[in-house]
Amino acid sequence: MNFANLLNNYAEAVAMILFGIGFSNLLLQKNLMKKIIGLNIMDTATYLFLALKGYIEGRKAPVVVDGIQSVEAYVNPIPSGLVLTGIVVSVSVTALMLSLTIRLYRRYHTLDLDEISTRLKKEGK
Amino acid sequence: MDFIQNFPFMSIILSLFSGPLSSILNGKWAKRVNMAVITVIGLMSGSVLAYVLGTGQGFVYRMGHFSAPWGNEIRVGVLEAFMALFFCVIMLLCMLGGVAEREKEIEVSKQNLYYIMVNLLLCSLLALIYTNDLFTAYVFVEINTISACGLIMIKQNGRTIEAATRYMIMSLLGSGLLLLGICFLYDLTGHLLMSNIKEQVQMLAATGQYHIPLVVSLGLMSVGLAIKSALYPFHAWLPDAYGYSTLSSAAILSSLVSKGYIFLLVKIFYRVIGFNVICESKVIHVLFVFGILGMIMGSVSAIQERDIRRMIAYSSVAQIGYIYMGFGLGTEIGVVASIYHILSHAATKSLLFVAASGITDASGGSRQFRDLTGAGFRNKLAGIAFTVGSLSMVGMPMFSGFISKLLFGQAAMGHTHKMLPTLIALAVSTVLNAIYFMKTVIRLYAPGSGEEAMVEGRVIHIKEQPAKSVALVFFILLNLILGLNSEPVIRLIESGLQMFD
Repeated sequence: MNFANLLNNYAEAVAMILFGIGFSNLLLQKNLMKKIIGLNIMDTATYLFLALKGYIEGRKAPVVVDGIQSVEAYVNPIPSGLVLTGIVVSVSVTALMLSLTIRLYRRYHTLDLDEISTRLKKEGK
Repeated sequence: MDFIQNFPFMSIILSLFSGPLSSILNGKWAKRVNMAVITVIGLMSGSVLAYVLGTGQGFVYRMGHFSAPWGNEIRVGVLEAFMALFFCVIMLLCMLGGVAEREKEIEVSKQNLYYIMVNLLLCSLLALIYTNDLFTAYVFVEINTISACGLIMIKQNGRTIEAATRYMIMSLLGSGLLLLGICFLYDLTGHLLMSNIKEQVQMLAATGQYHIPLVVSLGLMSVGLAIKSALYPFHAWLPDAYGYSTLSSAAILSSLVSKGYIFLLVKIFYRVIGFNVICESKVIHVLFVFGILGMIMGSVSAIQERDIRRMIAYSSVAQIGYIYMGFGLGTEIGVVASIYHILSHAATKSLLFVAASGITDASGGSRQFRDLTGAGFRNKLAGIAFTVGSLSMVGMPMFSGFISKLLFGQAAMGHTHKMLPTLIALAVSTVLNAIYFMKTVIRLYAPGSGEEAMVEGRVIHIKEQPAKSVALVFFILLNLILGLNSEPVIRLIESGLQMFD
């Protein structure tokens, strides 16, 4: 293992740790709200990773303002585009999850998914 | 450029726009639009298939005429066109078979919303089949997930909402992993178009550079799509989602939605990474092991189930296991067998769902096994259809399931390490399949049971449902065609896979 690489790319390492935190929250938390928060942490970590990969040290955002048209002056714009698309997707799935949570809460007055399941099994429907 | 080359793009955009159109129509017209759109897209896919077979090579459709590597592309070969045609046929039959259930179970004011979801689902499936861009594939995977969630929860009771929530949670875990895998791959290669990525990946594999990130990215994408298509340890959401949603939703979810993800995985294997790199990586061993576990455990859960719909749902877990086992063999013929099993499972599972609803209708709406006794006499067509589906799932010659089992067996023959486990798993799984399917069939035709259904002392009358009967007859025919006339289909799949390169 070469730990020097880990230190050089500490930002990517942080993104992966955040992804792990979000993933395990989405998977393991019982509370639906905490699950949704986990989902958002997971998605945001991916965007952080993408943005880091598009960034090139010492260059600017790819918007031509002072007439410089050389490619060398700007960072890679594609990851930013991907991040934007990803944000749209994650906003819509978050909205869907929240609306499902509201539905479940109005019916069962709890946010605990496992409790809802056991109650459904008891009802036997 | 021939005009017919526009058809794949036009079919995607047609289904995409018919979604919003359905929102301003009432339920009846939305249904007609939906049926018409599926039929038109089916015809278009058929003509594309004929065109591609005629020219003998695939074509690339550049969106907005930007060439690679800048533009977005649609790529059509034999397999893609055939899959699109097949998915349209299955979807049309599923929608036809579930008409009565939809009218009964969905509120009148919300009927048109259902068709929005179906149109969007068709759009995303077509895009997953045709696209040549990995990030576009990710976006349509999410659209697929959202519309599938809508299909589950449209029948509003506690069960379906809970099932939809569980489905969303598992699916989002899967798509998170898929997105991360795509980001890794983009980072390694600098491309998003499948063909460009493949060049770079082949170069990396040849020089041995970035070996670990490549395997990690492949693993993330495979596991992500495996979670979304309910491979064995990730199947917890499946029985509820298939068991309690309305009939056409259950049929479409089991036969199309999970297959769309699997087809994307095939494309990733062949068009993004390259099959030689896949075979050298250890990822396929993992898929193989979980596929075999799924084959056994899915059947064991199905045997324990007392509810016919949930039993069929658990059987899906076993069949998905077959497909991943075929990938795990790491040979060309294994993948051919898996793709054939995608077709055969799609045709059989939707048949079983529709037939099971006919049977439960004839038993006073009860899905419990004890109430189903003699239902095959009361609803004759549904009984025959369920028997055909069961025999096909068990692997009786004449039906489609036999051919896919035969292909899996042939693929396993002569494999150095995986021959014995595959053959044993096939044998055990067939016996387990036979236990729960034949148990049901025997109960349906239990001798001496009454001609009329008696529920709590009342005689119930079975309403004639012509749409469902038509769908059942066509499903049976499709099964027989796939079972008796498999040679051309297999040749089609083989030539399609060759065209992938």
